[in-house]
Amino acid sequence: METSSPAPVAPVTRSLATPSKPARSPGAEPLPTLIDIKNLDFYYGAKQALFDINLEIPDRRVTAFIGPSGCGKSTLLRCLNRMNDLIDGTAVKRGEIKIRNVDIYGSAVDPIELRKRVGMVFQKSNPFPKSIYENIIYGLRIQGVKSKTKLDEVVEKSLRGAALWDEVKDRLHESGLGLSGGQQQRLCIARTIAVEPEVILMDEPCSALDPIATAKVEELIHELKKQFTIIIVTHSMQQAARCSDRTAFFYMGKLIEFDETHNIFMNPKNAQTEAYVSGRFG
Amino acid sequence: MSAPANPFAPRPGSLRRTENAVAYVFRFATYFILLCGVFVFGNICLKGLPTVTGAFRGLDHFPYVTNTFLFEAPESLYVFQHEGKKMEMGDTEYRAFREAETARAAAEGRPAPKFKAQSYVYAAGGIWPCIVGTVLLVVGSMTIALLLGVSAAIYLSEYARDGAFVRFTRLAILNLAGVPSIVFGLFGFAMFVLYFDWNVSLLAGWFTLAFMVLPVVITASEEALKAVPKGFREGSLALGATKWQTIRKNVLPYALPGILTSSILGIARVAGETAPIMFTAAYVVRDKLPWEVAKSGDFFFQGVMALPYHIYVVSSKIPQNEYTQRVQYGTAFVFLAIVALIAGSSILLRNKLRGRYQW
Repeated sequence: METSSPAPVAPVTRSLATPSKPARSPGAEPLPTLIDIKNLDFYYGAKQALFDINLEIPDRRVTAFIGPSGCGKSTLLRCLNRMNDLIDGTAVKRGEIKIRNVDIYGSAVDPIELRKRVGMVFQKSNPFPKSIYENIIYGLRIQGVKSKTKLDEVVEKSLRGAALWDEVKDRLHESGLGLSGGQQQRLCIARTIAVEPEVILMDEPCSALDPIATAKVEELIHELKKQFTIIIVTHSMQQAARCSDRTAFFYMGKLIEFDETHNIFMNPKNAQTEAYVSGRFG
Repeated sequence: MSAPANPFAPRPGSLRRTENAVAYVFRFATYFILLCGVFVFGNICLKGLPTVTGAFRGLDHFPYVTNTFLFEAPESLYVFQHEGKKMEMGDTEYRAFREAETARAAAEGRPAPKFKAQSYVYAAGGIWPCIVGTVLLVVGSMTIALLLGVSAAIYLSEYARDGAFVRFTRLAILNLAGVPSIVFGLFGFAMFVLYFDWNVSLLAGWFTLAFMVLPVVITASEEALKAVPKGFREGSLALGATKWQTIRKNVLPYALPGILTSSILGIARVAGETAPIMFTAAYVVRDKLPWEVAKSGDFFFQGVMALPYHIYVVSSKIPQNEYTQRVQYGTAFVFLAIVALIAGSSILLRNKLRGRYQW
């Protein structure tokens, strides 16, 4: 089912609904477009937050969303795994978001299954008040995985994947809240990759971290993009420039410009983009 | 030139006097309340404690010592003159004594002795059936109240969409908290005792008391659930957990200490209320203990004696005399001790849970 041409609908639906099967064989060519957003209008009650968004997000690349506060970048991010469903009165009024050609707001999609495939790391690191070990296997426990060997394996693999293993391997059964801020955020990333999603959404993951912890997370993002499609919302333009392949600039709920990161920062086509990235407003 | 004037010197005026006076008023109010509390508790302890400590009796079998006030049923006290001595005996003891004396007189060929005894109801024996009844009422009604109340709180705080219906429900629950307990008693009597035909029974008392504490349990549980950070819910949902999985594994455990706090308040209220049980569950006197039933199903459909109702009966429904005070204060003292015991163990449990889950 791994092709770059439009896939037939039926097997794709199954792949979204059965998380146990890997979505793609390792080493397959990245898709040019994994997430396809078309003409999206999004509302909080009567207030429109997103206006006619069109965006094609590539597979296994880092895409950054930048823009001033309230521009809708976090809202769009939370549309991608339907976290906005939890807020009363929100609605996609027009347009669609397709992941692997399946409209994720369609009636055939269970948001629970969607979120297993589209993980999320939050602005404020939110490790659960459990041990590091229990934090990592939370998603697997939910799915009913009981095998101790399997769980141990996943814990090590995920912590290594999040570059945290060496720091915590001797205290896996201590509380996750005893870690430093940067470690907590990497624990949350490890927890997310433990359920093997395809896409990882990061909502300002470094805004509460010091520069050294930020550098570690950015390094990690660089590693993770070999395996995951990453979308990161950030307030730091340097961060977007450092770690993303493509950048989307939003302003007042509209997508102003979307291009290779290099072009956005060096050679923006739009005057507003240029004003923002050069620090003249925002 | 003289030394420069001190710019920070206090200014004469009413401001400082008001400041001091206000502080004294607040302090006095606090001390006054403390004094009242000490007086009430001290009075009950001073007069009630001797009733309990004076009732220890030796036994010739295990456990070799018993407390007649705590572990026996209430009896009438008989006071009479016998061979020039003033005797005070409980009902059972008096009958045995009279038989023994009559038999002894017959054996010695004397005429049977005449007994002229004054009897005082409730003045002898103990309050064991009341203790058992109160504990049963508290455990049963708190179980019902927590099951119903926590479920409703979960629905209101996690599932229901904020709207007119939820606001109306909250208002109704708050209003329920202001309803006098006697009204709950009448409701329970009409609903459970008469309409459901449960008669005066444990079951009717459980539900009446549970409904009375529900507002406290729901409101406090909702607060406890709201105090759990939103990040725990979002983090869990983002990992593909369902709403119920999230609540069960990642919200409820952290809200439990707060819910227990509310139930501690509930326990004190449930144990202490007289009005809701006087029509629904309480008997003035019952000679059988609750587990002495013909078949196990009858357990739920029997009335029980209860401490607060017993206090009410012995202090206002029987002729007062020099023998009744002992029972009144003794019962009040034991009642306070039991509430303190149940509440204390809940607090211990809560603190243990709090220590386990911290964020």
